[in-house]
Amino acid sequence: MFGRLTWDSLVFSGAIENPSASEFVASGAGSVVVLGGIALFILLAVMKWWRPLWTDWLTSVDHKKVGIMYIVLAIVMFLRAVIEAAVMRSQQLAAYDGAGYLSADHFGQLFTTHGTIMIFFVAMPFITGLMNYVMPLQIGARDVSFPRLNAISLMLTVAGAILVMISLVVGKFSTGGWTAYPPYTGIEFSPGEGVDYWIWAVTLGSIGSTLTGINFAVTIYKKRCPGMNLFRMPMFTWTTLCTSILMIFAMAPLTAASLMLALDRYADFHFFTNGDGGNMMNFANLFWLFGHPEVYILVLPAFGVWSEVVSTFSGKRIYGYTSLVCATMCIAVFSFCVWLHHFFTMGQSAGVNAAFGIATMLIGIPTGVKIYDWMLTMYRGRIRFTVPMLFHINFLFMFVLGGSTGILLANPTIDFQVHNSLFLVAHFHNVIIPGVLFGMFAAVQFWFPKAFGFRLHEGLGRKAFWFLAPGFVLAFFPLYWIGMMGATRRTATWADPAYHIWFAIAMLGAAMILAGTALLIAQVVVSVKRRKELAVPLGDPWDGRSLEWSIPAPAPSWNFAVVPTVFSQDAFDAAKCNGTAYQAPAKYEDIHVPRNSAIAPLIGLFACASAFGLIWHIWWLAIIGFVMVWAVVIVSSFNLDTEETIPADVVRAQNEAFLEAVRNAPGVTRDDETSSANQGKAVPERHENRFAQNMKGNMTEATT
Amino acid sequence: MKLYQRLHPGVNLGPTDPESHEEAEEKIFGFWIFLMSDLVLFSVLFATYAAMSIQGVAQGPSPKDIFDLSPVFLETMVLLASSFTFGLAILELKYRKNQRRLALWLTLTGLLGALFVGLELNDYRILLAEHGAAPQTSGFLSAYYLLTGTHALHVSVAIIWLIVLAVQLATLGPVGPVKLRLMRLALFWHMLDIIWIGIFTFVYLYGVVL
Repeated sequence: MFGRLTWDSLVFSGAIENPSASEFVASGAGSVVVLGGIALFILLAVMKWWRPLWTDWLTSVDHKKVGIMYIVLAIVMFLRAVIEAAVMRSQQLAAYDGAGYLSADHFGQLFTTHGTIMIFFVAMPFITGLMNYVMPLQIGARDVSFPRLNAISLMLTVAGAILVMISLVVGKFSTGGWTAYPPYTGIEFSPGEGVDYWIWAVTLGSIGSTLTGINFAVTIYKKRCPGMNLFRMPMFTWTTLCTSILMIFAMAPLTAASLMLALDRYADFHFFTNGDGGNMMNFANLFWLFGHPEVYILVLPAFGVWSEVVSTFSGKRIYGYTSLVCATMCIAVFSFCVWLHHFFTMGQSAGVNAAFGIATMLIGIPTGVKIYDWMLTMYRGRIRFTVPMLFHINFLFMFVLGGSTGILLANPTIDFQVHNSLFLVAHFHNVIIPGVLFGMFAAVQFWFPKAFGFRLHEGLGRKAFWFLAPGFVLAFFPLYWIGMMGATRRTATWADPAYHIWFAIAMLGAAMILAGTALLIAQVVVSVKRRKELAVPLGDPWDGRSLEWSIPAPAPSWNFAVVPTVFSQDAFDAAKCNGTAYQAPAKYEDIHVPRNSAIAPLIGLFACASAFGLIWHIWWLAIIGFVMVWAVVIVSSFNLDTEETIPADVVRAQNEAFLEAVRNAPGVTRDDETSSANQGKAVPERHENRFAQNMKGNMTEATT
Repeated sequence: MKLYQRLHPGVNLGPTDPESHEEAEEKIFGFWIFLMSDLVLFSVLFATYAAMSIQGVAQGPSPKDIFDLSPVFLETMVLLASSFTFGLAILELKYRKNQRRLALWLTLTGLLGALFVGLELNDYRILLAEHGAAPQTSGFLSAYYLLTGTHALHVSVAIIWLIVLAVQLATLGPVGPVKLRLMRLALFWHMLDIIWIGIFTFVYLYGVVL
C-alpha cells in the first residue's frame, strides 16, 4: 500500500534510535519544515488569508503575480540552502583533528541539496520570476503569450521544490552531488530513495523551465508593442530572449539524462551502469550539455539587470548597446560549445581537450566587451551610489576575478591539477554569487517599488550590502588557497592543520553572509512597516528609461491602459526628455485579460503526488497522479471561455486618476530620490544635455 | 501589409479579423518552438543510440542479428500514409468544410496511427520472444527501446489527442480554437513522421548494413 514508505523513513526516528549530533541536526531541520508548515497553516487560517491566497495568487495567471510567486519560492529555498552552506562550513571547521559533528552521509546530503536547490530552486526561479515580471512590461505587452502555461511552469517548479523539502522529513536526499554522476547514483551504489528524490525534483523543474523558455521566446517575438523593433528592446529583454533560447535547447538533455538514470534505477536498463554495455561518460556529456548552458541561463538575465542598473543610476543610455547585444548572443552560442571542459580529466584525447579549452577561453572575450561597456556607461555619467549600484560596482571587480580563475581552469593542464578541489568551488561561487545572486538582489532593490508601490529602505539595504560583499570575499577566497594546497571538494573531514585558519576565515565569511541575509529580510520587514513614507505610487522612482517605469506602481493587472508606441531606444526616457510622457490617450478600449484558473495548482499538486509515489514505489499514487495531470489538461481544454473583459470605463477612470496625480506631483530630483519626497515622479536630470546626448548617441550609432 | 499577407499559410479561420489571425499565428509559432525542443530531445536519444549501438552491445545481440527490415518497412508505409490522410483532413478543414469527410479522414489517420503502434509492439514481442533481446540485455538494446519507445509513446499520445479533438469537433464544433489545435496536432504528427524516417534510416537500414 505505501511502497517502501515506513515509519522508519521519518527523519525523527533516526534521532530516537541512533542519537548523534548528525541525527539531531537532521531532525532539527525536519522539525523546522514541519513546524514552519504548521505555523504557516495557522497564520493563514487566523488571518483568514486562505481565500485571498487561492483567488488572488495561486490561481492567478497574471504574469506579474506569477513572477512574484517565483521569487518568493526562490527566497524561501535560498534561506534553506544558505543555512545548509553555513552548516557545512562549520562542520569543516569543527572537523579539525576529529570527525566534526556530521556524519559523512549527512554531509553528502547537505552538499547535494545545497547545489540542487541553489541551481534549480533558487537561481532558476529567481531569474524566471524576474523575467516574468519585467520583460512583458519592457516590451509594452499586456501579458505573456501563454499565460496559463506560465502558471503551469511555476507550479511544476513548486512541485519539484516541495519534493526537496519533503526529503528533509521523509527519507533521505541523494548524496551524489547536484550533478548526480553515475555509476555512484546507480541502483548498485545508491539503492535508497535519495537519488529518486533528485531525479524527480529536477525533472519537474526542468520541464517547467522548458515551457517557460518557449513562452518567453514567443512573447518577445510576437508581443512587442508597435515600434519596438529588436534593436530598440531594453538590454534585459535581450538577455531574456537569449536565456529563453538556451532554455529551449538546454533543458531537454537534462530531462533525457535524468529519465535514463531513472530507467537504469527502476527498470534495470543499462545506460550508465558499469557492465552490460553501459556508458557513464554519456551521462557526463548529456548532463553538461545542459549544465554548461545552464550557467549562462542564470548569468545572462543578471547581465541584463546590470545593464539596466548601471544605465539608470548613471543617468546615461547604455554604452555600446549593439556590442552588448552581439556579446550576449555570442555567449549564448558559445555556451553550447564548451561542455566538455567539465570533464577534461576523464580520458579524452589532448586534441579534444585543447579544442574545448580554447572554446572556453573564447567566452571571456564577449564577457570582457560587456564589462567595458558597463564601465564606459559610468564614464561621465552622474552616478548615484544606491544599493543596486553598490552591488554593481562590487560585481565588476568580483566577476572579473572569478572569470579570470575560470580562464585558468579552462587550461586543461591546470585543470588536471585543481579539478575537484576547493579551487573549483571557489571559482564557480566567485562567478555565481557576485554575478547571479547579487544581481538578483540588485534587481529586487531596483524593481521592488514597481511591483509593490513602495521603495525598500535604503539604509538597511546598504548595511546588508556591507555584510554580503565582504562576507562573500571572506567565505570564498580562502578556498582558492586551500584548493591549491590540495583540499578536495565535498569532503567532510580533513587532516592538514594548515587548512584550519582558512576554514576559520571562510566560516567568518559565511556568518557575515548569514547576517547580510538577515538584514535583507529586516529591510523588507521595515519597508513594509514604513510603506507610507516610502510610497512611490507614480511609478518612476529612479528616473527610469524603459517602458515599465511609465505606468503606476504597483502596475495594474492590464499593464498599459493603451498599448504604447515607441520611436527609439530607452523609450520612456526619450518621452520624458521631449515632453511627450504621461499623455492621455485619445480613446480607451475594452481590455481582455485571461481569467483565473485552478488548472495550474491542480497540475502541480498531482505532478508532485505522482513523483512522490515514484520515489517511494507507491505505484497506485504514481499512476493516479499522472493520469490526473492529463485529465486536468484534457477537461480544461473543453472550456473555451478563458478570458474576461475589463470595460474601457474602468481603465479610463484609473488611468486618468494616475495622470492627474502625476500632473499635480512636484517631482523629485536625483538628489532626493532616496528621501520620502520621492513619490515616483522624476524630474529628468539636466534636461537639455541629456536630450542632446541621446541624439548624439543615436547619430553615432547610425553612422557606425 | 494587406490582410492576405498576414494570414498564416496553414490556417484558415474563415472570415474574421486580423487580430484573430495574429493570435493564431502566435499559437502556431509557439508550437513550432515546442517542436524544436522536442527535436532536441530526440537528437539526444539518437546520439545516445549512435554511441551505444556500437559500443554498448556487450554480450547481447548486435543490430545486425535482430533487425528485420520487412515489418519495419510496412510500419514506415503505414505511418507515411497516416501523415497523408492527416494532410487530407487539414485540406478538408481549410477548403471544403465537409464535417463528415473531415471525420472520415481523421478516423482513418487515427486507425493508421494505432496500426503503426500495434505493429511496433509486435516487433518488440518478436525481439523478446525470438531473440531474447530485452532492454535489460545490453546498453545497445536499452538505447534502442528508449529511442523507438519514445517515438511510439509520442504517437500514442498523438492518438489520444486526436480522439480528444474529435470529441471537441463533435461537441464544440469547428470553432477557431479547435481548428488551431488540429493544426498543431497535424504539425506534431508530421514531425513524428520525420523522426521515424530518421529511425528507419539510422537504426534499421544502417543497423542491418553494418
